Amino acid sequence: MEMAQTASKKKKAGSPARAARAKAVTKSAGSKASASKGTAKSVLRDDCFFILNENNTVDAKREPKLDKALLLRMYRNMVLTRAYDERGMMLQRQGRIGFYVPSTGQEAIQIGTAAALTPTDWVFPSYREPGVCIYRGASLHTMLCNLWGNADDVSKGRQMPVHYSFADLRIFSISSPISTQVIQAVGAAMAAKIKKENDIAISYNGDGGTSENDFHTGLTFAGAYKAPAVFIVTNNQYAISVPLHKQTACTRLVDKAIGYGMPGIAVDGNDVLAVYMATKEAVDRARRGEGPTLIEMLTLRMGPHSSSDDPTRYRDEELFKAWGKRDPIERFKTYLTSKKLWSEKEEVALKEELKALISAAIETAEPVPPPSVEELFDDVYAEKTAQLKKQEADLVKERELRGKFINTSEAFPL
Amino acid sequence: MATMTLLAAVRDALLTEMGLNDKIVIMGEDVGHNGGVFRATEGLQAEFGEDRVMDTPLAESGIIGMAVGMAVNGLKPVPEIQFMDFIYPAFDQIVSEVAKLRYRSGGGFSCPMVIRTPYGGGIRGGHYHSQSAEAYFAHTAGLKVVIPSNPYDAKGLLIASMRDNDPILFMEPKKIYRSMKGEVPEGPYTVELGKANVVREGKDVTLICWGAMTQVCLQAAELCVPRGADCEVVDLRTLVPLDEETILESVKKTGRVVIVHEAQRTCGFGAEVSALIAEEAILYLEAPIVRVTGLDTPFPYTLEHVYMPDAERVALAVGKVTNF
Repeated sequence: MEMAQTASKKKKAGSPARAARAKAVTKSAGSKASASKGTAKSVLRDDCFFILNENNTVDAKREPKLDKALLLRMYRNMVLTRAYDERGMMLQRQGRIGFYVPSTGQEAIQIGTAAALTPTDWVFPSYREPGVCIYRGASLHTMLCNLWGNADDVSKGRQMPVHYSFADLRIFSISSPISTQVIQAVGAAMAAKIKKENDIAISYNGDGGTSENDFHTGLTFAGAYKAPAVFIVTNNQYAISVPLHKQTACTRLVDKAIGYGMPGIAVDGNDVLAVYMATKEAVDRARRGEGPTLIEMLTLRMGPHSSSDDPTRYRDEELFKAWGKRDPIERFKTYLTSKKLWSEKEEVALKEELKALISAAIETAEPVPPPSVEELFDDVYAEKTAQLKKQEADLVKERELRGKFINTSEAFPL
Repeated sequence: MATMTLLAAVRDALLTEMGLNDKIVIMGEDVGHNGGVFRATEGLQAEFGEDRVMDTPLAESGIIGMAVGMAVNGLKPVPEIQFMDFIYPAFDQIVSEVAKLRYRSGGGFSCPMVIRTPYGGGIRGGHYHSQSAEAYFAHTAGLKVVIPSNPYDAKGLLIASMRDNDPILFMEPKKIYRSMKGEVPEGPYTVELGKANVVREGKDVTLICWGAMTQVCLQAAELCVPRGADCEVVDLRTLVPLDEETILESVKKTGRVVIVHEAQRTCGFGAEVSALIAEEAILYLEAPIVRVTGLDTPFPYTLEHVYMPDAERVALAVGKVTNF
């Protein structure tokens, strides 16, 4: 029995949970080897829910009836996310920004989940979900200003690149410590429940993040309270350099749902239709007051952990090649083209348009000056303490005495 | 005006403010049906319901992490950590998340909350039910640290904390939870955060203290009367933000300082106060600053009365600064 829990017994025909169950083949916990060695016919674990077949055709019975506008919106945002990541890495390689974290290969997970939410739902992302910000309408200028840490950065240059925060979009401020946001999402979900509001909360963490304390507390609390929350575990099979089988003896992270008393589903994370449908079902269930869901999105991190990382030191090249053939954007494009919803002409135009869009945003973001020294002291407390006022006055005086501050920082090493 | 224990004053503050502000939610281990292991939240769940007084799973990091999300989504959480000794699993949430959220989001998000926790020795609690861990948190930008020393302040400071816009660590001196009684007004009132209280005026020596050590210092001051020293006792009430003005005013008057805290000496908050006085008032000093503190050992069980500063030890320190 692959579905991690019993709560989804009354599934409608055609629901992702049911489809996953139908597909499921019970296997012993030791079956991880086939995926990690990349020798199997497909690298997709056979308990994963999918809609797109390996040859990108769709079984008519499984095909969701989604609105054309939604499909094209998802596609556009996947392509935009890829383009944003490519430019982010390029800016770092050119020495124009200090650091970048790409999400290449994970676009379907980001966009498919984001598309299943309402604008007032709460999002608690990790640092590898730029696409969620993009889909929810974050300004590219503001996102890029975070990469420079300049005066237009929401965080006023206080955080490293890729640590976005969009209060108006209900995208929670991103933290570097891992999985802290999982339990926080439960708090936002519980607040909505207590206030009798209809919003749900979604959190994102990676496979490595499932080892953290706050992943455990988050799912424990959510299960105990039946919180209206959805937990996305992006299993990209590596935590920096540590592969999943060294991270945990649990071969299917979705199995963890059983221990927390909630339904769980494993999904092909490179199939945006499956991602969307599974997330939508979980979101709807949460909104109906039926509690949380754990969704394991199986994928492979196709880029480095960050701009400072060299994945060729540790990655399984066969696995990398196999997942490379399952590119989520290519697969979705093939599907859209086969449905006559997309053409090569439109593809060329879209790429041109998005390239220009990002270039224009870079042009406005790069020249923005750094935040002022005085701004260092804002937002520590709601109002500056006497101590902060004095330190600010002292620093301003120091600047007058010495003329300038000299930056001797080295390149970020990790 | 009723006479009540410090513990009852804490409960009264929660009851009073929850009645006025329906955004306040209490959560913690055993705080609901059982009313907390010290009974600080007794009857509150019956009064306000399970949504507002929530028993949590046994995970301190979860309690604080959940409070972050609740605060961000418009509630005013008042989480309880059952003993301060158990706060460390939540250290990351408090230090990396609660304290930094406003700053790292450029003011876009904030998570004002009041983390209540009983602290301190003198209850035969051994080293996992006795610690006084204020220094870790006073060292963290973005947090306020508030410690009442009597029932009146406990209620007034707690209500002020629940009305504040910043996250606050509210440390309750459990040794005097029940032994310390005092008059407490009915209904809501506040004691301003960031203002120290001169609880005894004197001209010869300034005793600086907080929480349960305030009573110890007041007793020491009485011991010193026949020994010829007139002590002023300054109860800081709030370590962050620190009322430097009241400290320096008293020091400039007396010229002699004894700083008293239960926590171990090295990097204790007394070191910060001592440095402040050295930086701002050294020319007023008639004797070196003396600290009376816990020892640089873990907190012991059997010999806790030896470990903890008492009135005689403080009085001896007063003798040292007056006879310098």
